[in-house]
Amino acid sequence: MDQPVRELSYAEAIREAMAIALERDERVVVMGEDIGVYGGAFQVTGDLIERFGPDRIIDTPISELGGAGIAVGAAVTGLRPIFEFQFSDFATLAMEQIVNQAAKMRFMLGGSVSVPVVMRFPAGSGTGAAAQHSQSLEAWFGHVPGLKVVQPTTPEDAKGLLLAALEDPDPVMIFEHKLLYKTRGPVPEGAYTTPIGKAEIRRKGRDVTVVATGVMVSRALEAANELAAEGIEVEVIDLRTVRPIDTPAIVESVIRTHRLCIVHEAVKTLGIGAEISARIAESEAFDYLDAPIVRLGGAETPIPYNPDLEKAAVPQVPGIVAALRDLATGRR
Amino acid sequence: MGREDKAMVKKAEAATGADNRPFLFRRHDAGTIREAYRKMLLIRAFEEGAENAYMRGLVHGTMHLSIGQEASAVGVGLALRDDDQITSTHRGHGHSIAKGAEVKRMFAEFFGKETGYCRGRGGSMHIADVSKGNLGANGIVGGGIPIAVGAALSARRLGNGKVVVCFFGDGANNEGAFHEALNMAAIWKLPVVFVCENNGYGMSTSQARATASATIAERAGAYAMPGRTIDGNDLSAVAEATEDAVSRARNGEGPSLIELKTYRWRGHSKSDRNRYRTKEEIDHWMTENDPVKRIEADLVAFGILDEAGLDAVRASVAEEIEAGIAFAKESPSPDPADLERFVYTEGA
Repeated sequence: MDQPVRELSYAEAIREAMAIALERDERVVVMGEDIGVYGGAFQVTGDLIERFGPDRIIDTPISELGGAGIAVGAAVTGLRPIFEFQFSDFATLAMEQIVNQAAKMRFMLGGSVSVPVVMRFPAGSGTGAAAQHSQSLEAWFGHVPGLKVVQPTTPEDAKGLLLAALEDPDPVMIFEHKLLYKTRGPVPEGAYTTPIGKAEIRRKGRDVTVVATGVMVSRALEAANELAAEGIEVEVIDLRTVRPIDTPAIVESVIRTHRLCIVHEAVKTLGIGAEISARIAESEAFDYLDAPIVRLGGAETPIPYNPDLEKAAVPQVPGIVAALRDLATGRR
Repeated sequence: MGREDKAMVKKAEAATGADNRPFLFRRHDAGTIREAYRKMLLIRAFEEGAENAYMRGLVHGTMHLSIGQEASAVGVGLALRDDDQITSTHRGHGHSIAKGAEVKRMFAEFFGKETGYCRGRGGSMHIADVSKGNLGANGIVGGGIPIAVGAALSARRLGNGKVVVCFFGDGANNEGAFHEALNMAAIWKLPVVFVCENNGYGMSTSQARATASATIAERAGAYAMPGRTIDGNDLSAVAEATEDAVSRARNGEGPSLIELKTYRWRGHSKSDRNRYRTKEEIDHWMTENDPVKRIEADLVAFGILDEAGLDAVRASVAEEIEAGIAFAKESPSPDPADLERFVYTEGA
């Protein structure tokens, strides 16, 4: 990339992407609860209201179903709405419009419309917000043909994937982990896109492949650094897109490392890890496996309030280190 | 009005020079009125044709027929410009026809054919014709209501002067989507008209058992918009109320709610064994309050068509329906190799 690069937080990078889109395309509007003068529950929209005014930075009432549906209707008729859910958990109130309408409209209407709506979902645990404000529901959306689902993990990708989502004619759901909002990283200035549907190798390694999503990417990288000291070289793949999954990238890596671990925060059962495991089992990489595939995921429980329990409910670095060590050294 | 009353009105007009005819006949020329009547007949004949095709095993799935509700679809359509938009319901065949859809492509969709409005992917419950402003029927009760408000947000933001009509039934007025969407349409003063076709029953549950308020129109009060209850089988009254609401919307004065009282002659869908209403009730609506017979009487009374003229329209409608069914039957089915087409936008 040619643009100058500076350091921004993940939240600032998303805001910058929205500002670029609002600046260059009159059709773009941002809608959501308390995204105006309040700046959004996580201060992602921030000062956009001052720069673009209330006609384009639209505070909605607390009406997730209606608000999401209005965004869908506006997308079908010529706008490019970005709809922010205050917490991804509140998408449960709007599933009708997302799953029955946005995802299916193009198909049901035989291709006569597109639904270029972008929805943003602050997701995940670790903030002490308990069971109804901490879920990781991205796999639900990944199960619906018609939707695209991304999970950026760096400020650079948060900006690039949002701009890619806005250029995409189909509905794109962006899951943003709340613990990432304040993390900082290099972000190119100006407009650029990060491709939807492409995983990214964050660390090369010969001994074991870890596919991680969301905040688990940084935990997997931390684990990889610890294991490097023991002579175990871990390859870390940031999945980035949940639907469509970049199967070739994972297959290629597993063929080199012969070992696969998947780490995500969402509940393990029927999760993204299960899907990736199955894809590897069905692929040419299966013959290269030297050990059973390992899945690390959220516990079979709602997210608890107590901080120790909350930590115990989702994978943490020591658990990832132990699982990878066992996997790489043939102890499982 | 009975026929004699109408004759007296005409005489009185001749004496005073005042035009006391119903709104429809004052507002629209004879050609437009004849076309509206033809659309009502076309809706009824389409529904009868669809039902017949189903009985003969030519189509699978289900259908929701709007026989008895023709005046509401056509009366609303009379108040709209070609580029105005609508969202429709599972009982949406009439809305499509009123908004200018061709019956042959509707039959083709109903038959699941590639030449249908949705290339056979949607079926009866998803017929849309975006080129005519019909954003589509909807299989989810209340599902189209927020979408209509979103279309109205687009219209305002893009400054294209369009008005959106949102059709829904009495059953939908108890969905959360109805309340959320009406509230937002009102706080943002969007150019949308909410048209409730109240046929008395949400599937088997009567309005009295399902809705706390005596009318659906009075729910408008909670959202600070005008709400009116209209005889939905009176084409002229529907056209007049809709025109008022549409001009209000187009002038930037915000949304309105119109409740059109009507009745569906057939069951909810093909599974309906009709255990929740009496034969007397159905017969009453069919014999005493048939919207088609009512407009026919007016057409004759006000000299728009005579009996021979009515017959000619009936014959031309029957011909169009027959040709439409033939077109649907002869059309190709989608190729199973194209199963995944249209899930995503090609080339994206």
